[in-house]
Amino acid sequence: MSNLKKTASAIALGAAMSFSAAMSATAADSSDPIVIPIHNWSSQIVMSHAVGQIFESMGNSVEFVTTDSQAVYESVRLGDVALELEVWEGAFGKSFREALEKGGLHDAGDHDAVTREDWWYPMWTKEACPGLPDWKALNDCAALFKTAESGDKGRYLDGPVDWLKHGKERVEALGMDFVVVNAGSAAALWAEIGAAEKDKRPVVVFNWTPNFAEAVWPGEFVEFPEWEDGCDKDPAKGPNPDALYDCGNPAKGYLKKAAWDGMKDKWPKAYCVLTKLSFTNPQIAEMAKIVDVDEEEAEDAAGIWLEANEGVWKPWVDACAGDA
Amino acid sequence: MIPQSRHAQIGYGLLAVAVLLTLFKPILPEGLVRLPEWHPIWSAYMDAGFSWLQNDLGLIHVTREIASWIGFLIDAAANLLYGKSRWPRLDAIPWSVIASLAAVLGYYLGGWKLSLLAGGTFTWTAMMGQWKITMETMSVIVIAAPIGFAIGLLLGIWSWKSRRVEAVLRPVLAILQTLPFYTYLLPAVIFFKVGPTAASVATIVYSIPPMILMTAVGLKKVSPEVVEAGKMSGCTRWQMLTRVYIPSARTEILVGLNQVIMLSLAMVVLTAFIGMPGLGAKLLAMMNSFKLGRSFEIGITIVLLAITLDRLSKAWVVKQPEHFEKDTPWWIKHQAWLVAAGICVFFFVLSELIPYFDEVKRKQSFSMGKEIDVAMKTFLAWGPMQAFTYYVRYIFNVWVLIPTENALLYLPTFALIAAVTGLCWLMGGAKPAIIGFTFFLLVAVLGWWDRAMLTLHSTVTATLLAMLIGMPMAIRASRSESASRRMIYICDTAQTFPSFIYLLPAIMLFGITPVTVILSILIYTMVPVVRYTIEGLRGVPAEMTEAADMSGATRSQKLWNVQLPLAMPTIAVGLNQALMFSFFMVIIAAFIGTRDLGQEMQRTMAGTELGKNFTLGFSVVLMALAFDIAINSWAERKRKLLGL
Repeated sequence: MSNLKKTASAIALGAAMSFSAAMSATAADSSDPIVIPIHNWSSQIVMSHAVGQIFESMGNSVEFVTTDSQAVYESVRLGDVALELEVWEGAFGKSFREALEKGGLHDAGDHDAVTREDWWYPMWTKEACPGLPDWKALNDCAALFKTAESGDKGRYLDGPVDWLKHGKERVEALGMDFVVVNAGSAAALWAEIGAAEKDKRPVVVFNWTPNFAEAVWPGEFVEFPEWEDGCDKDPAKGPNPDALYDCGNPAKGYLKKAAWDGMKDKWPKAYCVLTKLSFTNPQIAEMAKIVDVDEEEAEDAAGIWLEANEGVWKPWVDACAGDA
Repeated sequence: MIPQSRHAQIGYGLLAVAVLLTLFKPILPEGLVRLPEWHPIWSAYMDAGFSWLQNDLGLIHVTREIASWIGFLIDAAANLLYGKSRWPRLDAIPWSVIASLAAVLGYYLGGWKLSLLAGGTFTWTAMMGQWKITMETMSVIVIAAPIGFAIGLLLGIWSWKSRRVEAVLRPVLAILQTLPFYTYLLPAVIFFKVGPTAASVATIVYSIPPMILMTAVGLKKVSPEVVEAGKMSGCTRWQMLTRVYIPSARTEILVGLNQVIMLSLAMVVLTAFIGMPGLGAKLLAMMNSFKLGRSFEIGITIVLLAITLDRLSKAWVVKQPEHFEKDTPWWIKHQAWLVAAGICVFFFVLSELIPYFDEVKRKQSFSMGKEIDVAMKTFLAWGPMQAFTYYVRYIFNVWVLIPTENALLYLPTFALIAAVTGLCWLMGGAKPAIIGFTFFLLVAVLGWWDRAMLTLHSTVTATLLAMLIGMPMAIRASRSESASRRMIYICDTAQTFPSFIYLLPAIMLFGITPVTVILSILIYTMVPVVRYTIEGLRGVPAEMTEAADMSGATRSQKLWNVQLPLAMPTIAVGLNQALMFSFFMVIIAAFIGTRDLGQEMQRTMAGTELGKNFTLGFSVVLMALAFDIAINSWAERKRKLLGL
């Protein structure tokens, strides 16, 4: 704890000196704590702590609250939490858009990072099915992916239903020999990959990037017919003229930040930093690695990352110190 | 009263109707096979209702005000326990002080053994580097449990005083006990603000029913002589309540408190979805990065905490108030307080001098997460193990579960309703049958029929399996005192171990299939079956078994003709609990991957579909209550027949 405090206060000192002049000129942030939601995957937890520590270095007080990653949008809308740092296009796009329509929160800009969510296999699968990552080659190997319950077809393990991944529709649209089973949670997906690891059993599952799994199990996405806009609305798009969802998912989905509408007035400086900040894929992977591989606690990991990457985050703070 | 034979005929008649409806399914009118999926309509009505409550009636302002008081209390506890910067802004209490206080309390209530357990639990937590997360959890529980206790006590007293209140409370409590936890998480978030406050409200709501019931039961049992004595000594009404009734009902009230504590701990992981900090949140994060070892360690901590608090509160139930002779010096009367204060000061000073006693750093901890992780994963992926589970999985899924599932889905809606009505009739007579019919009809009207059938399939299968496996185990164990005690001890531990920890190893062994779902439910349903079977069998009067021995019955004759029939009412209570547990667990199994009501409920977590969430939740409640009522009235009838 004391280590962390030292880091935080060192950061605070440095930051305070750089923009103390500007502080007096503009409206100050409220002294109420900025509540930041954290969920149950590492990169989001570390990123939230990192941003929290940046806010603290600017003199704000910050609090964290653990919440469900879907239910959080209702809380942002009501102002119970001030922001959300990882809005994934695929997984949370729907909840985010619905909350947006109800009002109370808004889009606070994209990260540089792009997200990809699609059919994925761990590297050992390729040894059994060398034609990968092409989806036709995958279909020819379908028998390799049989399970006790799937009959003659292969089994594809899709993400939880609430992520709306349309695996079933794609299998039908492309005429693939696969049965689609929905896992109930991310953890369930990992357990399946983990079980297959020992005897290198081929598996094809839903996965996404950036993600800790890349560090544990190297693997690749299956290359489906490339995404075209409207593939989910217009049957004409994609190789099958009569079906929707006959394309892969967008290979470059957004990763957004969301903010409560009241944040701008209540904590103008912190809000300004929120709109400026942006992380890249390697940075997010690095944050996750400090926790998942090096076994640090999330708050310490955030401190370590901030110390090593001052050049990245200082400019955001400086930019807001001037003209907030 | 309908004669016995006629009575049975009606029940079998209803079952025959069910068979006929199934046989003639192809020519049945559509309305008898399936009702339309009306759920969007109900959901829209409920959404409108909630929005009226929340915004037009302004209920949200009231609840938010309450939330801010609870939040204040939790923050104060959080400040003392782990140094959150809130009023009263003191430093966190060193772990060694809390652990030693727990040890003193344990000694005072139950002697050396309990002292070791209580002190040891907190020392383990600190040594494992889990102190802060444990205290985060405790900061909510130390506020939620007393509030739950107080509200429960008041409602219990009220329902004992007024028949009308009791009549209103009874169904409400039954619904609360069967409502899937998903269904009250969402309103808790909206009305009480995401975070520790929503978590504590959900915990209170979940843990309160047994407290109310136990208080009412205890007060009703107070003997008239005691009441007379109170009246004769001229007690006022308030004095009657506080000096006569409550002390006489002390045991039941404390049992209620024990239940409040245990149920609060059971919610530690589930409430992490709505902002409960600490152990549960950490556990979910660990699971999502596939760290079995550290989630296992957290599980052990939760079990230890649960056992410690359970034993402490039970010891308090047994401990009678102490009375001293006149003129006993004050330091003897208050010995425990003095020792506690002394130890407290000692460890405060010690932790100032040696920081280790103040806080154990992550790097200093004895956590073996990585090693346990490797060991568990190696074991789960072990060749023979995998081969064995493959066959179990194949046989159960392909030959048992998937066919029965399809059969249940094939049944016309009204065939199933007729069958359930018939079963309820055979078990309890007309009243349960009418309730069974109405409730299942309502499930059909709510419009989630297929999903409801899948939920029903999992719960009933798991309960039947629990009986098949659990009852022989319990019968064996019940033959000796020590084996019974050991078995119940294992049950206690299995029950407090957070369910989420089983999920991942189960998936690694059996894949994302129906077997895994049943298995994870089974672990919980076994507990009440085993416990009540043992209790029932050991409760059989000795004269009865002796009579059987004297008339030369063999062991199996004695078991089948004397012991089991006499124990049946008690076993039925266990069976009923098993079914209720499995309705609870089947929803958690959505995390493995199911296609039932739980899966759909998971979808509503985004928080915009409160109405849909409630239609799903009530589908579960209606099915669970129909069975609850039928089994209970059956047990009641049996008990009357046996003259118990």
